[in-house]
Amino acid sequence: MNAESIKCTPLCDKHVALGAKMVPFAGWNMPVQYTGIIDEHNTVRTACGVFDISHMGQFLVNGAGSTEWLNSMFTNNLNKLVDGMGQYSMMLNEKGGVIDDLIIYRLGEDDYFVVVNASMIDEDYAWLSAHKPEGINLVNKSADYVGLAVQGPACEDVFAKICPGVELPVRNGILMFNADGDDVVVCRTGYTGENGYEFFCPAAKGVQWFEKVMESGAKPCGLGARDSLRLEMCYSLNGSDLSPEKTPLEAGLSWCCDLSKDFIGVEVLRQQKAEGRPSALVAIEYTGKGAPPRHGYAVQLPDGTPLGELCSGVLSPSLGKGIGMAYVPTALGKVGTEVNIVVRNKAIPAIIVKKPFLKK
Amino acid sequence: MSKNPADYKYSQEHEWISPAVDGVVTLGITDHAQSELGDVVYVDLPVVGDSFAKEDSIAVVESVKAASDVYTPVSGEVIEVNELLDSEPGTVNTDATGNGWICKIRLSDPSELDELMDAAAYEEFCK
Repeated sequence: MNAESIKCTPLCDKHVALGAKMVPFAGWNMPVQYTGIIDEHNTVRTACGVFDISHMGQFLVNGAGSTEWLNSMFTNNLNKLVDGMGQYSMMLNEKGGVIDDLIIYRLGEDDYFVVVNASMIDEDYAWLSAHKPEGINLVNKSADYVGLAVQGPACEDVFAKICPGVELPVRNGILMFNADGDDVVVCRTGYTGENGYEFFCPAAKGVQWFEKVMESGAKPCGLGARDSLRLEMCYSLNGSDLSPEKTPLEAGLSWCCDLSKDFIGVEVLRQQKAEGRPSALVAIEYTGKGAPPRHGYAVQLPDGTPLGELCSGVLSPSLGKGIGMAYVPTALGKVGTEVNIVVRNKAIPAIIVKKPFLKK
Repeated sequence: MSKNPADYKYSQEHEWISPAVDGVVTLGITDHAQSELGDVVYVDLPVVGDSFAKEDSIAVVESVKAASDVYTPVSGEVIEVNELLDSEPGTVNTDATGNGWICKIRLSDPSELDELMDAAAYEEFCK
């Protein structure tokens, strides 16, 4: 990604002023850390942190037939949603591989708010547009919002200060309201495993809301902590743990795939369910000491038989040991299997464990 | 500003070398380097007795996000490593030019020291 084409969120200058180290991520210039990844990680686990998620995408879908159409595009069943509630879902290609993972909220009958990954906004929009019937509206609102993920056990205290008198929506719920003259959206979700919400406000007012959230007790946190927090919970990162070559069943996400309805890619999923998955995304944790596990490191059986490679890896700040995820042949990926992670020609003993790493 | 002892020598790869005593120097990474890396969580130390040529990767310093090679700016044999870093790798952050040292090297070509920067030149280089 060259310097000319890298995008900045409306909070970029503020991040730099706060002392953040900026890195390119998914085409965006984003803060990787302010004070330190471990400090920020622990703040989210014990108090409250705020992440700039303005790079993520938001689509509005509405018009008669929207529910039926989106049910043919996404894996989860929208008929399970009542107004004001959301669900995690996937958009697949014809081979059953993952294009993107997303959260979709039902605002009303045939009226939806969809939050997608930053790196996939254009591709998702193009794919949906290409499959969209006449009469349904699909609007890309991604540039209109600044997004702030407020996460951690003290997040409700922060909310009481920034939006006094407003009640947070329930888990997976969405609330749209007017706060200090701004139309804002609050989604009770997150990517850290902690109590939290994602707050979307008009882009032009983003810096003010970011400052207000920080003044109310949330510490600014970067993508480094976001990655270690989500990996401890085994939340998948598209582009690392999810790919167009792997199905959600292989990724261990069958719980958000309703195979009783028809959607793009369902035949492959039904076949895998009947005949078995070729590979499975497993959670691997170090049992020995060694250099931190990272993306691309080989995973082997103790006798050297190759199993695959890590899609994600980090030295877990909460657990104090190396953790990672890898696609391995399903039959060889049972919980309790001893494996080695190979780091610079050294084999570090590890074991396949039950997800998530961090039991809360 | 960063702490760069005046009697040390510095490389363009952000390593420091202490003054030679009986042909032995100590090597570490600079305060600037540790600050750029962030929290150091692991240091892959060299093996005592191994010899390295100038510009070889002699150690790996790992932060939460990245693994960074440490390139020795001098040739020689490793005669001691800082085992404290096995249990306390964060010492590289808190005391990069002191207790966060990585290894001691017996120089095979002391004239290589002359190619390195002094503290003032290194500070200029970091700007």
